[in-house]
Amino acid sequence: MSPALEIIGLEKTYASGLQALKGIDLKVEEGDFFALLGPNGAGKSTTIGVICSLVNKSAGTVRVKGIDIDDNFPAAKRHLGIVPQEFNFNVFETVEDILIHQAGYYGIPLKTALERIDVYLEKLGLEDKRQTRARMLSGGMKRRLMIARALIHEPSVLILDEPTAGVDIEMRRSMYDFLREINASGTTIILTTHYLEEAESLCRNIAIINHGTIVTNTSIKNLLRELHREIFILDSREVLPKDLSMDGFTLSRKDDYCIEAQIDQGQDLAELMSRLHERGVSIISMRNRENRLEQMFVSLLEQAS
Amino acid sequence: MTVYEQCVALLTLMRKEFRRYTRIWSQTLLPSAITMSLYFLIFGNLIGSRIGEMGGVSYMEFVVPGLIMMAIVTNSYANVVSSFFGSKFNNSIEELLVSPTPNHIILLGFVSGGVSRGMLVAVIVTVVASLFVDLNIHSYGVVVAVVAMTAILFSLCGLINAVFANTFDDINIVPTFVLTPLTYLGGVFYSLELLPEFWATVSQANPLVYVVNAFRYGMLGVSDVSVGFAFIMIAAFTLVAYWYAAHLLRTGRRLRT
Repeated sequence: MSPALEIIGLEKTYASGLQALKGIDLKVEEGDFFALLGPNGAGKSTTIGVICSLVNKSAGTVRVKGIDIDDNFPAAKRHLGIVPQEFNFNVFETVEDILIHQAGYYGIPLKTALERIDVYLEKLGLEDKRQTRARMLSGGMKRRLMIARALIHEPSVLILDEPTAGVDIEMRRSMYDFLREINASGTTIILTTHYLEEAESLCRNIAIINHGTIVTNTSIKNLLRELHREIFILDSREVLPKDLSMDGFTLSRKDDYCIEAQIDQGQDLAELMSRLHERGVSIISMRNRENRLEQMFVSLLEQAS
Repeated sequence: MTVYEQCVALLTLMRKEFRRYTRIWSQTLLPSAITMSLYFLIFGNLIGSRIGEMGGVSYMEFVVPGLIMMAIVTNSYANVVSSFFGSKFNNSIEELLVSPTPNHIILLGFVSGGVSRGMLVAVIVTVVASLFVDLNIHSYGVVVAVVAMTAILFSLCGLINAVFANTFDDINIVPTFVLTPLTYLGGVFYSLELLPEFWATVSQANPLVYVVNAFRYGMLGVSDVSVGFAFIMIAAFTLVAYWYAAHLLRTGRRLRT
């Protein structure tokens, strides 16, 4: 079976002389949930631009489901759904018109398009916005509209370029659920994002790009195994002692009941607990430092609803 | 894409374009009716009655074909230049570029929008003109052919302008500083016979001369240039414009980086 996406020696040099891509190789297997990570200007959007024909490549090969874009780009495009970083629809058109037009550009007749619009607007929580002009939508709704638009021709490969930028936490969570659902139904998903926690939560495999070259390309599990240090938040039952210094561990006191502990690879968490206990500190809860506020926010929203 | 799918894509683009300019009819259809009514009233009726005959017909009858053609030229051009540049400006052109829609369908879709608006305005202006003068058609075939070819030619020119435009000012420069002078100097208000020989020869390079005179022949049976030659010139200009517009879309100039 052909990979969903195969990139070999892809190069892009802009007219300004900027070499955005310096011969990248990438393979995304069918059905994968793949993250392409990197800082601003790393080459993520340029790579996506080449794949979807908005950027002319300087050299290299791109195959979508085994179809070389140089041989038959229209056939390759049929397999691709693109959710760009920036809003790129006519804000004066209604949600329904935007979707009808996009379906039409893929040769999908109006009747079929309308049936699919029903499905995707409902799944993405936009069914009551059908006749609303796009400029009246909130940022999160616009993002969901772009996802619906990318799915209207039912592509087998969905590429999302920072889809959660500007989306509130609750909406981000529901977007994650939706993406997991369509991935489970067989759609290959390629996601670019700045947020490692987003990739960690959604993706199985990952490539990190920087300065136009692929720095690493592995599974998320392998990448996390390579983490040399994790930071935990420990909550104590009792008021913490003033001095928390401890040989072999880096601890800092966040407040009277809370410790931040850096645990390096190979260090024993049980030993830390034991030594804290010896000093009269009973740990009642522990978690990774990342996403504490996010979890609390979602929890509060759920309680409120 | 199969032929059927290409037809769906074309109809989608045509529907989109038609809905766009009819939604803002007060900006796209009404101004021509008002402007042309004023032209008919002032140049045709008030001033024209003192001029007498031109080209063997009353001055009012003489200017009507040119004014109808002027409306077709400006509207077909304006429709495509504003629609295509608007799509570029808000990046919605990417919806089309990432799709498998072939370039010739994109071209035909936008041109269809320009042609339909040009023809719709032509009908409106003709109705307005009929309030001022009895209209007779000398050759229906010539009238239809010239209207269609002219609308296609200037729709293509509008698309080329839109591809190169970077700002909304850029899409007004050509209509203001090129199209309008060419139209006025293309024999809308006068016969080329009135010009000194040198300027009459220079006028032969103006495509509007052929458009206006071929249409005037279709309506009145009079023309300053050979109608056959006018058709050849309009067809030649159209083919060149089509080739260049298709070339721009194929290479992605100013559309892809």
